[in-house]
This record gives sequence, C-alpha cells and structure tokens, in this order.
Amino acid sequence: MHKKPKKYSIFSLIKNAFSYHENWQPVWRSPEPKNNYDAIIIGGGGHGLTTAYYLAKNHGLTNIAVIEKGWIGGGNTGRNTTIIRSNYLWDQSAALYEHALKLWEGMSQELNYNVMFSQRGVMNVAHTLHDVRELKRRWHANRLNDIDCEWLNTKEVKEFCPIINISPNIRYPVMGATLQRRGGTARHDAVAWGYARGADAMGVDIIQNCEVTSLNVNNGQVIGIETTRGSIKSKKIGVVAAGHSSVIANMVGIRLPLESRPLQALVSEPVKPVIDTVVMSNTIHAYVSQSDKGELVIGAGTDGYTSYTQRGGFNIVEDTITAVVELFPLFSRMKMLRHWGGIVDICPDASPIISKTHINGLYFNCGWGTGGFKATPGSGWVFAHTIANDEPHKLNVPFTINRFSSGELVDEHGAAAVAH
Amino acid sequence: MNKKISFTFDGKKYSGFEGDTLASALIRNGVFLVGRSFKYHRPRGMISAGSEEPNAIIQLESGEITEPNVRATEIKIYEGLNATSQNNWPSLNFDLGSVNDLFSRFFPSGFYYKTFMWPPKYWEKYEYLIRQAAGLGRSPTKDDPHQYEHFHYHCDILVVGGGISGLYAAKLLAKANLKVLIIEQHPELGGQCLNTDSFKTHEVLIKELEEQNNKDNFKIIKNSTVFAYMHSNYLLACQKINNAKIRQIIWKIRATKVVLATGSIERFLTFDNNDRPGIMLANSARKYQNHCSAKDIKKIVIFTNNDTAYQTAIDFFYKQEVEVQAVIDVRKNSNGDLAKKAEKLGIKIFFNHAVIDTKGRKKINSVIISELDESLDKAIGRSKKLSCDLLCVSGGWTPTVHLFSQSKGILFYRESDATFIPDKSFQNEISIGACNGTFELDEILKETYSKISGLLTEFGKKIDVKSRINSEKIFYDKLKHLWIVPSNKHFGRTKMFVDFQNDVTAKDIKLALREGYRSIEHIKRYTTTGMATDQGKIGNINALGIISDLSGVPIHKLGTTTFRLPYTPVTFGAMAGRHIKEFFDVERTTPMHQWHVDCGAKFEDVGQWKRAWYYPIENEGILQAVNREVKATREGIGILDASTLGKIDVKGRDASEFLNRVYTNAWSKLDIGKCRYGLMLGDDGMVIDDGVTSRLGENHYVMTTTTGNAASVMSKLEDWLQTEWPELKVYLTSVTEQFATISINGPYAPKLMNKLCPNHDFSKDNFPHMSFQNIGIDDVHCRVMRISFTGEMCYEINVPSSYGKALWEKCFDLGNEYNITPYGTEAMHVLRAEKGFIIVGQETDGSVTPIDLDMSWIVSKKKYDFIGKRALYRSDTIREDRKQLVGILTKDPNEILEEGSQLVEKITPVPMEMVGHVTSSYYSPNLGRSIALALVKEGIKKKGLKIYAPMPNKAIEVEITNPVFIDPSNERLSA
Repeated sequence: MHKKPKKYSIFSLIKNAFSYHENWQPVWRSPEPKNNYDAIIIGGGGHGLTTAYYLAKNHGLTNIAVIEKGWIGGGNTGRNTTIIRSNYLWDQSAALYEHALKLWEGMSQELNYNVMFSQRGVMNVAHTLHDVRELKRRWHANRLNDIDCEWLNTKEVKEFCPIINISPNIRYPVMGATLQRRGGTARHDAVAWGYARGADAMGVDIIQNCEVTSLNVNNGQVIGIETTRGSIKSKKIGVVAAGHSSVIANMVGIRLPLESRPLQALVSEPVKPVIDTVVMSNTIHAYVSQSDKGELVIGAGTDGYTSYTQRGGFNIVEDTITAVVELFPLFSRMKMLRHWGGIVDICPDASPIISKTHINGLYFNCGWGTGGFKATPGSGWVFAHTIANDEPHKLNVPFTINRFSSGELVDEHGAAAVAH
Repeated sequence: MNKKISFTFDGKKYSGFEGDTLASALIRNGVFLVGRSFKYHRPRGMISAGSEEPNAIIQLESGEITEPNVRATEIKIYEGLNATSQNNWPSLNFDLGSVNDLFSRFFPSGFYYKTFMWPPKYWEKYEYLIRQAAGLGRSPTKDDPHQYEHFHYHCDILVVGGGISGLYAAKLLAKANLKVLIIEQHPELGGQCLNTDSFKTHEVLIKELEEQNNKDNFKIIKNSTVFAYMHSNYLLACQKINNAKIRQIIWKIRATKVVLATGSIERFLTFDNNDRPGIMLANSARKYQNHCSAKDIKKIVIFTNNDTAYQTAIDFFYKQEVEVQAVIDVRKNSNGDLAKKAEKLGIKIFFNHAVIDTKGRKKINSVIISELDESLDKAIGRSKKLSCDLLCVSGGWTPTVHLFSQSKGILFYRESDATFIPDKSFQNEISIGACNGTFELDEILKETYSKISGLLTEFGKKIDVKSRINSEKIFYDKLKHLWIVPSNKHFGRTKMFVDFQNDVTAKDIKLALREGYRSIEHIKRYTTTGMATDQGKIGNINALGIISDLSGVPIHKLGTTTFRLPYTPVTFGAMAGRHIKEFFDVERTTPMHQWHVDCGAKFEDVGQWKRAWYYPIENEGILQAVNREVKATREGIGILDASTLGKIDVKGRDASEFLNRVYTNAWSKLDIGKCRYGLMLGDDGMVIDDGVTSRLGENHYVMTTTTGNAASVMSKLEDWLQTEWPELKVYLTSVTEQFATISINGPYAPKLMNKLCPNHDFSKDNFPHMSFQNIGIDDVHCRVMRISFTGEMCYEINVPSSYGKALWEKCFDLGNEYNITPYGTEAMHVLRAEKGFIIVGQETDGSVTPIDLDMSWIVSKKKYDFIGKRALYRSDTIREDRKQLVGILTKDPNEILEEGSQLVEKITPVPMEMVGHVTSSYYSPNLGRSIALALVKEGIKKKGLKIYAPMPNKAIEVEITNPVFIDPSNERLSA
C-alpha cells in the first residue's frame, strides 16, 4: 500500500550527495484525514507516535491515525532534558521503565533513524544521610530487580565525574551516588521523527494542525471525534495528550486526577566536552548533562502552581543555576543561551495513568509528570497493547485509573519527609 | 580615543585605541579572519558590530578568568586583553577541520539522523568523535574569582534602549517628574545616532540626561542588557561592571509601564558564498569605518535591496583611501534621497543586479555580479567580476521585537518591508522607534512624542510642548525583498548561509522541507537554524523568507518560532549571584550550637538545620561514641538538644476542632495541662508527620512537628485553614525558633530536675507522663513536658531561646554526678528504635498508613472526619497484605544490616521477589546485638519467619520480630 521508505545509511547519504540530496523522500506523509479509522490516537507527541507505531507493528492495526493539534513532537517530547534511566524504586515502575530502556537500546536500528541514544550513565547524588538511606534503598531494589545500578562513594563519584565539587565544606556535601551506567540521554526530536517515519511507513496517517473539538460517544461506546478538519469515525480512541488529556476527558465528563504545572529547562552556550555523564541531585534541585552539540542541558523541579502557560517563574531558573554552580563551581562563567518551559501533567502519586475507562473504546495515557520522555517507547508499547486487546499489558496493570479510588498507588514521590 | 592599548589575539600582539571593541581593533589591524564555523570550519570574520554577531566569537583570557564564546563585537579592549580563536586545530589560519567543508555535500542538515547506526552499539564511539568536534570555546576549569550581585529596582517607567527614541522618551518622561529608569546595552548612549554626521540632537539629549542621572528619580544604567521580560512587568537586566571584584549585576526591575525602544538589526542577504571574511552588514561596516580606519581596505562593493546601504556608500566615498567600486542594487531603480545623492556623487550603481558569488578563501577579494531577470528569479546575461576588499550587505532591517514578544505581545507581519512588528500588547508596555517598525528619524521623533504624550496622560501628566524636536526628513524608497539571491550554479552546489555559526544554508532548508519537516519549529530543530549563540538575530527572518519562498506558504502564516529569554546569553554566576557557597542555603543552628561545636560534635544536615550527630571523645568512631551515648542515657542521664523540632502555636475558638481535623485521633477531651501524640495524614491517607501537642488552655495548644517537615506542615495547615475551612477561627504561629528544647532522659532525670528546681514536686503522681507544667528555673519561665522518645523517664524543657545555652550548661553542672552525657541524633535514633518508635520519613515514605504501622489505636473510629480518612479506608489501603512495620533481628547478632536493604523470602537468581525493606538499623548496646525495623509485606502475621537480606556479596538471614525490643510494658517510664 505504501512504498517502504528508503533505508538510511552512510551509503544512501553518499549516493544522495551526488544528486544534491534532491531525492530524499518525506519522512512522513501529510495526508488528509479519512472518514474512518480502526483506531485514532489523539496527540502526536512521542508517546502517541510510539503507540501508533506499535499498534501497527505488534498488533497489525495499520488503518489508524495520529491526530495532532500542532506539530508532532512539539509538547514535552521536544522540551525535556532527554534523560533516560530505569532506576525506579517500586517494582511496577521499574518494570515499565526497564522495558522502555531495553527498547531504547535497540531503537536506532529498529527505526533506522539515529536517535543518538547515548549510555553515558546517570548519577543520582546524595547530600544528606537521609539521601544516602533513600538512594541505597533504591540501589538494592534495582539490583534485585535486575536493573543495573551501582553505589559510588564520594571518591568514586569524583572519579566518574571529575568536575563535581566534593569539598566537605560545601553546604550539602556529596556523600555518594547511585550510578546507572545504562542510563543516558537521546536526541529528543529524533524520537518523534523516527517513530513517525516508522509508523507512516506502515500506513499510519499522521495528521498535524488538527485539533479535536469533541468526542462522540453512543451508548457507552466511543464512535468518533470532531476536529477542526471534520469528523472522523473510530471505535477505538487513545488519548495521549499530556496535560490536555484533562480537557479531552472533560468532553465526556471524565475527571482525571491531573495537575498541570510549568517545568523549566535551559541550555548553556556550547563548549568542548566537559561533563561526560548525567548528574542529578534531588536535594539541591538540579540536573545537568552535556549535549552532543556541547551545550550544558539543565533542568530542575516544577513551579509550584498549576498553569498551561509554557513558562514559569524566574526564581526557579535562578535556584537551578545556583545549584549547578554550587555543585560545579567551574561553570560560573558559562552562559545561559536558551531557556524554555513545558507543562507537565502530574498524578497525585507521580506515576502515569495508562488505562481503559468506563467508556468502551476510550483509553488514556497521561500523567507522566517530569519523567515521560524516558518511558516513550515502553509507554507506546503497553498502550498499543491495551488499545488492541481492550486489556492492559501486564506492565501497565498497576497504572489503571482506578487506583485512585481503590488506593493502590505507585507513589514515586517517595516521602517528601526528612528524618527527625 | 587617543590612548593606545595593546592586546593579544591568538598569541600575536596588536594595538588599538581606547573605545575600540575587540572587533574594531582587529579590523584596524587588518585582521578579518577571526573564527571558524561550527560544522564546516569555514573561515569567518565579523559580520556585524553588535550583539547579533554570529561569527566573531572568541575565548577571552585564560585560567580562572577565562570565558568562552565572547562576541568580539561587544567586548571593549583593555590593556593586556588576551583573546584566542575557537573551534580550530592546529590554528585559525590552518584548520584541519576545514576538510569538512570539502566534504560538506555529505553533511547536509540532519545527516547524523541517517547514519552512525552500524554496527549497532557503535554510536557512542562515533559520538565521542562528534563531541570532540562540536562545542565552540572551552569551559573554564577553575573556580570563578569574581562576585556577582542582584539589585532590585522599582520605577514608574522603564525605558529599554538608549537610542534616539529611548533618549527622547526618557527626556519627555523625566520632565514630568516620574521615576524613570533607562537601560542601554552599550557603554555609550546614542544608538544609531552615534553614526550620523548631520543629526546632533542626541548629543544635547545625552548631555541633559547624564546631568540628571541619579537625581530626581532619574537613573541611567549603561552596559546592561535587558534579557528577560517576565509577567507582571518584571524585567531582568544584566549589567557588566568589570571592576576588580564585582563582575556583573542582575537588575530585577518592576515597572508600572515599560517603553521598549530596542531598535532594529540589519538583515543579511542570502547569496552564494556570502560568509567570507570581509563580508559585512552595510551599517556595521559604516560604523567600523567611522570609528577606525581599516588597514588594507581599498575597494569596497555594496550589495543591497534597500536605500539605507547608500549611506554606507556615501560615507566610504568621502574616505580618501577607499574606492567605492559599485553599489549592486537588486531593485529596478530608487528615488530615495540617499540613492540620488550617491548617484550625484558619481558612485556607480548597478540596478537590477545581484552579487551571485564571491571569491577569496580567508578574505574576500572579488565578487561576481550579474543582471537579474524580471522576476528576480534568475541571473541573466554575462556575469562580471569586481575586485574588492570589503563587501557591505544590506537586506533591510528587522525590528528587535524580542522583549515585546517575550512579554506575550502579538506580532503583525507588515508585507511592505517584510517585518514583524508589535501589534497587540499583553502587558503594560509600548514600543517606539525602530523596534516598532518606524525607521525614519523624523517619524521616530514624531511617534515618540505622540506615544509618550499618551503615556503621560495615563499617569495624569501633561507633556511639555516645548520639548518637541524634529529632524530633516529623508525619503527612503521601498525595499525589494529577495530571500534567495539567484545563482548561476545548481542550487545544490551553492553555499548560501542563513545561520552562519551553525552552518545552515538555504539548501539545507530546502532539504528539510523536502523531507516533510514543514512546521517552522521542525525546520529549526532539524536544520538547527537560529539555535547558535546568536539565536538567529540576523538569520531567522531570512530562514522564514526562504521557507516561505520554497513552500509557497506566506510568512504571516508560518509565524515565528517563540522568542525566548535570554535576549543575549547570561552568565550563570550572575544568575546565582551571592547565593552560593556560604550563602547557598540558610544554615539554621540552635542556641546551644556553639556548645556542640566546642565539644567536638559531628553534625548532620536535617533540612536546613545543623544537628549534633554524635559527640566523639578522643579517638572514638561513630559506633563507639553512639554506644556510649545510648548506654549513658539508659543508665544515667542522656541530654539531647531537641530545639530543632518544629513548634506551632495553635490558638483560637476552634483550635480543638482544628486538631480533630488534622490529626487522626480525638482532641476535644484532652485536659488542659496534658500532652498527646498525634499522627497527621496526607489527603491520600498516608502518614506525613507526627509529634506531641500540648493543651495550654481552653483554646490554646502548642504542636510539635518533625524537624524537617516543620515548614511544610505549617504551610499545609495554613492551606487547609485558608482555603478549605475559612469558618474555623484558628491562628497559627510558628514558634520553633522562640524556644530552645532540652530533652533530659534516663533513670536519674527526675533527680536532675529536682536539682534544677528544688521547690517543685516532680513525683509521678504530681507530674505524670504525658503532661506538662510551667516551672521557673532561676526565675526563667520554662514549660516542661513529660514525654519520651527514648522510653526513659524524660523531661523536655522548653525555655526562651536566649536562655537555652545557659540552661543547657547548668544541666551539665548539676548532672555531673549522674554521668550526664550529651547524645546526638544517631543515639536518638538507636534509643527510639529499641522502643520501636517510628521516624516519619524513615519508617514512612509517603506510602505508609497508620494501620501499616500497627498504630490503628491512634485512628479514631468515632470522629466524623479527619484529613485522609476517606482515602485511608479505600479498599486497597486497608488490605491486610500491605507492607507493615516489624522488627528484624539478624541471625548473627553482630551483623548490622544496611538501611535500605531489601528483604526477600526466597533467594533466587535476580530478579528476586522483594517483600520489604529495612527502614532503620543499628547496633543496640543495651541488647548487645543489632536491631532493625522494616516494612514487610504481611509482616505482622509473619513474626518468627526467617527471611533474607540479599547483599551484593552474601545473603543475610534475619527473623521477623516485634518492633519493640526494650521494655515493652513501659516500666522504665514510671520507674
């Protein structure tokens, strides 16, 4: 039905160079929406595109569409700090994120699109006895869940990341760290584009600039959507619209337990390689890595209020930079080049919802909070399973929307509390 | 201007004059090659004279004061300045990386998405090489010796930009006696006017304003860039000071009204090989020539699509040593005043022509020009070669709408000169002058006058009509936009740069479009256009024009990418200000802190508090010290500084009802003078805090919280009071720091109390457990509570902070005979663990209910409601197979488990099924063995069961036990 896309390789690159690169095909088509699909995915971010990809690949559903309000990958997929890891505390989360990490490990080859997944390690630094206790607990849990994780003492932290300040005299000295060597970073946009290309090649229609205005439900069964580009019928609809999932849920009277908050990030000007891993610190609120281009990629916690505005308060940025300079004093004369904000949708237990609803054929995948990027392939994998079989995959059984009424939470906040 | 200054570039000594930028000083010395581009390592020179510069970026200085990616166009030279070019090896002149340029056809935009995938797993090896090649300057490697400050400023009006419109606006406003702040990014006021010969009014304005500076509510800050326009007219500026100690200041400005007068940036034209050193923006070239005589510049060519570049031609014409070869104008003709003047001067003008190529690898030496066809799509006729040392280019002007756009104002696309200009404001601001799309001087003056007049009316003021100024009118003919200048080569062979630093060419944009990256954001991200350190100040509009040309979508439908802060890059150190090192976070200490320090205590960070962790004597290690402290407490007297516990004073008619709602147990019947332990839940039914609350009066309580949670509990309580229960009359006051708390524990505690206060009856009948009494010690009013976190007889003395240290020392004087021993948090942990008391945040982690802690006794069944009640009784939160608090004893009594160890029932190959984890673990000197607390799945039922803690090197066998290890019947409390 569709022409298989031409394979990307050094050879195709050389070959095309001789025709001035004028024979490359579009990475995805831009079709008009059809009247009817076997399934519709609302939201063309990473999670939506992977859902479509795995629906086609794993479940043979190819008459499907991804409906995107703006441009694909334009939400948090293109606004995050690209950290990938699976060293989660709880079994349920660890299983899901580890599944995703395994998919990351083969993603470039699977998609024939280089997503630049770079396993340069993710280090979570402890600054207090409480941190040490909590991080060791995570380390042991990861170990027994067969997720690679190491405990580094202060000296080993310094060896692994020589520019970190381990002086015992700083306000919150480095007391050790966990290290997941298989963790790292990837090129965020490429993930959206690569999956879009893969899905498109299997016949999935990717429809941009198309906003959903209502959901059509008949007798408890979803039957289609209204969009700014006309109505489209389908008996299976997966909503993967991050914070705007609440808006769509509202269309059919479902209230989701989501809060949407600004999350800010920034990059420095590019410099030659200076930090070769990802360093995260919860206690002093900052994380930093260096992109292939040479920019320091820096992020921190969310702003403390709900908002759909993709910007936050400057005080948060200031605090983040302060923490970075505290931990890496040599960065003091570096400069912030670009700053941006995204909106993260957070569940009360900081774990996602990947779930059926009481309306037949209507599924939600949202609430990824600050951690959705790393889960992208795993999220799509299990959500595709859920939509195709009308039953959750074993990995997303715990992430049902019902857990908020039954109380079986997967609380990844951990305790905000510190000891006596 | 006359003072000679010597400086070094790439190890070679040069001299310039005071007032020179590094760029102008280099030009003065005939140095045009100053950098290499990011990807192809093409030789590059300065193309502008300002903050929009993409090419001339250098590493300034070395060692601890080095700074990467500094724009040579912005930095003023000083004696001994040492700059180095970036991104080249072995040298700027001979850069091996330029081999990339030869093979550039294999590296189009996004090539890296298509390759480096074989063999699998090799990406990181390729990546290593890519990373080495990428980056520009080098990060400093040493601590920054400089200091940075944050200043705040509030004003009626902030004027951003000290060009003619800003100056004029400031003058009009200052006359009206408003509080005005004007900020200019350059060291001098004047903007474009500094380059004009004819119009001198700005000099008068500058003189007037400088005289008024720092007087009458008027302030000028120069050398400062407003880099962010946040909500509620909150703007941030970064001032460069460069004095010995303080390097930069961040100004945090809140203005009632903002006047944006940020000017405009000249555009480039996109033609083949438009990036050679010696190709410059026309107005920048003019600035340089007016400022300094460039060595070796004999012949110049001007390439334009508008009238403004003719001023450059005219200025150069009057320079004797320079010959203006020609003006190449893509338009059919021009009736503009400047074009006419140039024609009259005899400057050769080629209308309907374009520069279609340039020659000269490290410095331009000639241009190829050609006639254009009717629609400007093709080069026709025979091309001509003109030799030149400098090519001045103008593609029109782009209003600097960055701040307006950051303020969330909406832009309008003006087709006539292809500019985005401010349309609808979102915040309380106005734009005037070139940033508002008003370019002609007299019109700028008129617009400024009328807009400021309107603004003054808003403030109830009147404009001073005598202040009106005018200028001679200059007529500019229309520009003709030509986004892609035709070439006689195949498009695929051209190198027409759009983003100079990132090496993005017009054909890269075409490739992106061909491949389906059509949204402006996709094109930006795929080609990286506009993402270099200049953030596309010159290139973005050309990229848009090219996209529009190639895709057929009109520019106003494409829209712009989002304008994000900062306008120009901002130093991390400046953003951090003084909030690093000793000021990184408040260090809270208790009134007795110095005593602990003097005693050689080791400290632990608990929240912001420094708490004594243990008090080693001589060469004691932590274990020995803690064992000693624990034993002394159980056998004599242990004394703890508990001042860090949060204390909240709860007062008001509904205080009891309030406590009923926030704690799980009932409070209404607590007698005055009594204390009660409470558990606080989150709305998810999970334990978030605990502590003892005492009833001081009918409507008065004092609550204690955990040390680390004091602030968050306080704000949660306020949240509930203010947003959920406004009907309750309750007032909360944090009194944590008002009281020092001394906890006296152990069998001899009553004896010490007797000595402290001989007249008081401390018998257990008169002063029972869980009560408090107001007692005077040496005439100081103290509140003494009989509560216990150790299981020993314990008196917690709360005394006004200022008496804390004196009382603490008095306890030691009087308690000497009972072996009074200070104990720290570690011993406190052991003592309470021996008794099975929980620590919130250690035994709990936000997923633990009171039922899980086997503390159902504290959850009132009768109360109508309390926070977390509904959630607590959800089907899954009351399940009996949840993780529950138990004690753990290792088979080997000398084995101390690691806190955080996981527990399993069966040892299997990983993954192993975990049933719980060790929350606390210590050596108990009183029991002579290790003890631990743990949360274990169905643990309460499983007491006696043997399970394992699998460690990396071994599995430790343990037994599930009762969590109370010492004195389960609480006999010691009343001994």
